[in-house]
Amino acid sequence: MVQTDSPTSFHPASASDYLPEGKLRALQLQRLQAMVARAYERVDLFRQRMDERGLTPGDVASLADLARLPFTVKNDLRETYPFGLFACGLEEIVRLHASSGTTGKPIIVSYTAADIEVWKDAMVRTFACCGLHAGDIIQNSYGYGLFTGGLGAHYGAEALGATVIPTSGGQTDRQIMVMKDFGVTAICCTPSYLAHLLDRAAELGVPVAELPLRAAVLGAEPWSDAMGRKLETLGGLKTYDIYGLSEIIGPGVASQCEAQDGLHVFEDYFYPEIIDPDTGEVLPDGEEGELVLTTLSKQAMPMIRYRTRDVTAFLPEPCRCGRSLRRIRRIGRRSDDMIILRGVNVFPSQVETALMAVEGTLPHYQIVLTRDRGLDQMEVQVEVTPEFFSDEIRKLEALQGQLTAAIESVIGLRVAVKLVEPQTLQRSTGKATRLIDKRPS
Amino acid sequence: MKLKQISVFLENRQGQLSHACRALARAGVNINALSLADTRQFGVLRMLIRDHDRAVIALQADGFVVRVTDVVAVDVPDRPGGLADVLETVEAAGINVEYMYAVTHRTEEKGMMVFRFEDPDGAAALLRDAGFDVVPDAELARRTDTAKD
Repeated sequence: MVQTDSPTSFHPASASDYLPEGKLRALQLQRLQAMVARAYERVDLFRQRMDERGLTPGDVASLADLARLPFTVKNDLRETYPFGLFACGLEEIVRLHASSGTTGKPIIVSYTAADIEVWKDAMVRTFACCGLHAGDIIQNSYGYGLFTGGLGAHYGAEALGATVIPTSGGQTDRQIMVMKDFGVTAICCTPSYLAHLLDRAAELGVPVAELPLRAAVLGAEPWSDAMGRKLETLGGLKTYDIYGLSEIIGPGVASQCEAQDGLHVFEDYFYPEIIDPDTGEVLPDGEEGELVLTTLSKQAMPMIRYRTRDVTAFLPEPCRCGRSLRRIRRIGRRSDDMIILRGVNVFPSQVETALMAVEGTLPHYQIVLTRDRGLDQMEVQVEVTPEFFSDEIRKLEALQGQLTAAIESVIGLRVAVKLVEPQTLQRSTGKATRLIDKRPS
Repeated sequence: MKLKQISVFLENRQGQLSHACRALARAGVNINALSLADTRQFGVLRMLIRDHDRAVIALQADGFVVRVTDVVAVDVPDRPGGLADVLETVEAAGINVEYMYAVTHRTEEKGMMVFRFEDPDGAAALLRDAGFDVVPDAELARRTDTAKD
């Protein structure tokens, strides 16, 4: 591992990470008030909910008043598909991205030019948090396209001044060649992809630990400290957990720093709260609950108190890096049934939609998740019903192919479909056990 | 002229094949012909069974998915070219053969082949008109009843 990081290098954009608390809170309140006013004026759903509660933007006189405002949930985005939550017209919007909804329709998110600048800034600060700087050569293996990961990391890395290689996902052998031949110093990808890549590099005899690669900026799916340590040993690098979600901005909401202990929330842009998921009450610092985020600077799509369904807690002690941005604990689990597979959000209900589209009715099915040499694998086991049992092998194979294609078109990932005998999948009296997750954490 | 064939879906798991055969045995049912078509993940067991209604009930009671399909059985002269003659006849008429397999019972100098045709009625008529011996259900029953091994 070649040491090229400079511990004393400091990026000007990181200045906002070190605001004295008083200044930070004042800035947050000022931005919050402007955001609530904007959302109230321009977003019907938000105004309706405020009116129902007898609230107006003027009622937000302190940060504590945020707790009185209504929540926003993922379903709101689904129900207002495609553009119902936008606070401005398309003529001001320079980018649209999409992510998985709970059924067939994706969630649409939008950005004005100013929003893109905020996003860039949050990503520059994320990379600086991870010890990266203008001299780095960054391989971006997050997926480019509708997914926010690829372009989010790309624009941020360019704004950082680094040399960016937009490899996107897949073509692992070629990615390893790039890593080796281009002198890559940092990689951005999902933790399971890094595991897969290191595995493949070992097969090819490429000594990753001896390359200039010194950092991995890992996100889009949950991973543990244990997995991090394993990747660090195998790759001869440091791993950093980053957090984000498309509904808020994409990557750039929070990031580990060189202390690798909790993630700093860029709270001058995204105000965090931890609530009790059942009662909605804001919890005291340190208690575990559901993360709720409010955008403080978003123009195209303000999000007020968006319930992320991610479970975490604030780490109340100050971080040894000196940042005044509050830290949240690494995110391990969710409070809904969403699966994250190779960084892609998948809902069991999406699989149901696909199965029904092919068979007309919903067959008994089960989703089994495993990890094979670092890569997440999903197998959907579907019971063969008398209606769909054809005596001809090729027709059964065609059915299998149709189911695979239908699922792929809904979730965007190619998964394995296995036809199984009837009555072999678990039935239960209550909620059926649709999902078996055998992946190690 | 058509025969009823029973097909059973089997996962490629140990014991599934014997489980199906045992279910039939418990029901006192005899298998006259069978073939097993397989892929990496599953197989389809196809059988000619005299008492096919009872067989279907027994298999379904044990949780198997069962399908009944129309097939055509033909006496094929037991000499080189015997089978090719049959196949060329149907192919010339544009009739597709989905699959085929041999039957255990052999009579005189003939072997019996079971065919699944896309158009079983058309194929059976065509073969009979061409001079081949299509074996109807009653005849198969007679042969298998009297066969002693």
